[in-house]
Amino acid sequence: MDAFLFQVLAGLATGGIYASLALALVMIYQATHHVNFAQGEMAMFTTYIAWSLMDAGLPYWPTFLLTLMVAFLLGVAIERLVIRPVEHAPVLAVVVVFIALLVILNSVTGWIYTYTLKPFPSPFPEEPLWGIRYMSPHEIGAIGITLLVLVALYLFFRFTPLGLAMRAAAQNPQSARLVGIRVGWMLALGWGLAAGIGAVAGMMVAPIVYLDPNMMGGVLLYAFAAALVGGIDNPWGAVLGGFLVGVLENLLGAFVIGNELKLSVALVIIVGVLLVRPSGLFGTVHVTRV
Amino acid sequence: MALLEVNGLRAAYGQTRVLHGLDFALEKGSITALLGANGAGKTTTLRALCGVVKTQGEVRFAGARIDGRATEDIVRLGVAHVPDGRGTFLDLTTEENLRLGAYTRKDRAAVAADLERVYGYFPRLRERREQQAGTLSGGEQQMLAVSRALMLSPRLMLLDEPSFGLAPLVVRELFQILRRINERERVSMLLVEQNAALALELADSAYLIETGRVVLAGSAAELKRDDAVRRAYLGY
Ligand SMILES: Nc1ncnc2c1ncn2[C@@H]1O[C@H](COP(=O)(O)OP(=O)(O)O)[C@@H](O)[C@H]1O
Ligand SMILES: [Mg+2]
Repeated sequence: MDAFLFQVLAGLATGGIYASLALALVMIYQATHHVNFAQGEMAMFTTYIAWSLMDAGLPYWPTFLLTLMVAFLLGVAIERLVIRPVEHAPVLAVVVVFIALLVILNSVTGWIYTYTLKPFPSPFPEEPLWGIRYMSPHEIGAIGITLLVLVALYLFFRFTPLGLAMRAAAQNPQSARLVGIRVGWMLALGWGLAAGIGAVAGMMVAPIVYLDPNMMGGVLLYAFAAALVGGIDNPWGAVLGGFLVGVLENLLGAFVIGNELKLSVALVIIVGVLLVRPSGLFGTVHVTRV
Repeated sequence: MALLEVNGLRAAYGQTRVLHGLDFALEKGSITALLGANGAGKTTTLRALCGVVKTQGEVRFAGARIDGRATEDIVRLGVAHVPDGRGTFLDLTTEENLRLGAYTRKDRAAVAADLERVYGYFPRLRERREQQAGTLSGGEQQMLAVSRALMLSPRLMLLDEPSFGLAPLVVRELFQILRRINERERVSMLLVEQNAALALELADSAYLIETGRVVLAGSAAELKRDDAVRRAYLGY
């Protein structure tokens, strides 16, 4: 029983990280109807920036905040410079751009930092928090940070005029323009936010898996599975899907198929969802008129 | 002085020319109607005025050129569009739709007052303020579209077939409110209608458009008396 609980709780911690990245995917999907395959590499790249800042002597939390800002600007810049020019291009062209972005970010990082694993610090203490022995302090902290990010995003989108404008621009760009919303900038802002969320996910996962240019490959796959389970157009579903996939991955890995095959869980989930319920558990079913 | 002056307005969708050099003007404080059969180019004209479709020709609003400017900037000058199809943000609540109408405004107290005033005109919307706009009836969505435009505190409203799909009783109510808004709040209106009888009741002056050209212009009273208009558009 102890072992079971242990795996569930550990699954929740990584699940939070999948949830964050899944949310970033959903945000961009809602606004553009594209899946940003480079989301994971963007997160990885910004985590390296955090590593550099700390390597230069900056303490953890200032680094954390600075990295969020850098990630935000990077996201905005990528949308403006790379995505904007292919706005009206065919889907396949856009996919190619995303893949190119993925490969470029990966190889540039490898070229700057090499492919050797680097340890990445956790901001949370070593010794058990509040005497909790089922979860490491980093796991508890990662869940806490994830929830904090989610709550902040919820408040932003629900209660601020800018958040409302971003939702409006994603839903109905034409009408959004007619009330004076600068839709292009809203998209760029969405990319900035998504990149910021990804950076948090990267900094939370790096202490667990070590920093390496390929560290987000698996995470992105799980996040993609999470987004699909939840319904690619439903932020709440994506978050729930993230936690679900995290727990499932851990339980199956520990008790059923072993750790070596864990990643295939993500693939099975993806294929399963696409076959059985393409709109996800919580997504809206789109009926196309013919 | 004319609030809106249009000279030689041309527009096309791809290779298909739709407007062939439109000329018309709208007096400040007036309700001016654009009449014409389905496909004449009325919707395209309104889209052209607020920069949704690319155009050639000259458009002046309050004396300044606005042709070629971005829609978002034209809106900031006080031009509110009630678009064809209503343009509802379906997944947002009624009140969120209304708040978006005031997105460009910074005067928060005045916005709050305008929200109350709009609810005063359309009490149904107040009842449904927390409801998803997509669940509103067609008539309610049309009221919402008009209200969203009002939330801009506009100088000019472009109304694209506000009567479309509404029951006659609802139409009468809506048009009474439009008249009140025009008289009390001095909002000028460019009204597009297929229902010419209805439009000529409300409007001060009108232009008749056929295949992208103005073929007739005059006061509403003159157009009502015109034989051709009567036969083709009024049906008596
Ligand atoms: N998005 C579009 N793409 C191509 N042609 C269009 C489009 N919208 C309208 N048209 C054409 O332009 C002409 C004028 O349309 P429109 O301005 O909607 O007329 P109205 O509003 O007077 O009914 C019609 O022939 C119509 O088929
Ligand atoms: Mg029309």
